[in-house]
Amino acid sequence: MAIVSSLRGTGKRVVNAVWRLGYGTRFFLMTLFYSGMSFRRFRLTVREIFFSGVMSLIIILVSGTFVGMVLGLQGYETLKRYGSESALGSLVALSLVRELGPVLAALLFASRAGSAMTAEIGLMKATEQIAAMELMAVNPIARVVAPRFWAGVISMPLLAALFSALGVFGGYVVGVVNIGVDEGSFWSQMQAAVDFRQDILNGVIKSVVFGFVVTAIALFEGYDAPPTAEGVSGATTRTVVQSSLAILMLDFILTALMFRGD
Amino acid sequence: MERTTLDLWVGIFVVGGIAALVVLALKVGNLSTYNMSETYQLQAHFTNVGGLKPTASVRSSGVLVGRVSTITLDSQRYEARVTMSIDKRYQFPKDTIATILTSGLLGEQYIGLMPGGDDQMLQNGEEFKKTQSAVVLEDLIGKFFTMSADKK
Repeated sequence: MAIVSSLRGTGKRVVNAVWRLGYGTRFFLMTLFYSGMSFRRFRLTVREIFFSGVMSLIIILVSGTFVGMVLGLQGYETLKRYGSESALGSLVALSLVRELGPVLAALLFASRAGSAMTAEIGLMKATEQIAAMELMAVNPIARVVAPRFWAGVISMPLLAALFSALGVFGGYVVGVVNIGVDEGSFWSQMQAAVDFRQDILNGVIKSVVFGFVVTAIALFEGYDAPPTAEGVSGATTRTVVQSSLAILMLDFILTALMFRGD
Repeated sequence: MERTTLDLWVGIFVVGGIAALVVLALKVGNLSTYNMSETYQLQAHFTNVGGLKPTASVRSSGVLVGRVSTITLDSQRYEARVTMSIDKRYQFPKDTIATILTSGLLGEQYIGLMPGGDDQMLQNGEEFKKTQSAVVLEDLIGKFFTMSADKK
């Protein structure tokens, strides 16, 4: 009997997961379909850019600087062994622009802004504000969900760029100002190694993709949350876990597509 | 519709983000080095270009004077034809020697220009008459073996 019930439980979970995936896809397509309002009344989107983008600025700027400083320190210690400290600039810039900038900014964005989006929409649903909107013939997806979605998509690449730029600055402070790597070779090696299209543009594409995925997951989890205190807290946790996993897995796939064989 | 402080913050955020992208493109990336002032084209034929690639640097006495723009095979002479864009500020005599060199032991390859003493300068589209090809390690080893075989 134990086997049968556990089998039944597994089957139920699988069916439920597929169900949610389909519902999530439909929700995502609906969001895209009703996006017109977020551009016609751009105010709505600007408001959400403030709450998700501007409010994430502090954490992004501080962590970007410190990640760059750590890269400068660790990179120097390793490169010193091979007598190539002058390559520090290219090491810091390449790792930030290609990987760490987009990925870490997206992880921070997911936990700072994504969780807030989920909690907000979940609570709107629990307090029946969403139902009230529907009653007043206001489409909640067009009014509430779509502006938040586009705000996330717009904010994410800007945050990632700020993260990378501040990281390079942090690496410069530690490498050149503190340790005393030659300033000229720091910048010239960096400029020789970083290609605009190959590295910087691909990093921007990555961060746009992450922006899409993180906000889509956060909004869906909020919209789908059971209208209870427990349900909202569970949905917030799921947002952070799922978007972090999605970011890391997608990063591998995107890297494999972008940087293979050259 | 009124302007609010919220708009100001969003404006600052967007401007800051775009500024960061511009900094990345110009200071970190090498976008600024692509558009060198005004350039003119010079050509050179090499029997072997080795690992030379487009955008490789062209140097004279170690100073960057231009970049390699294209490398093609000349099907008439069966030699590599390298076109390079040279900065207008620098002029070279007609008997300048173009050599393919390697920076460091394992570094990337570049073209070194050794100016001669001719009064006439190379004009746009003209060709370096004297060139020296890349050193291929296999050829060197091969020569070394034939030399030691001859001695016996």
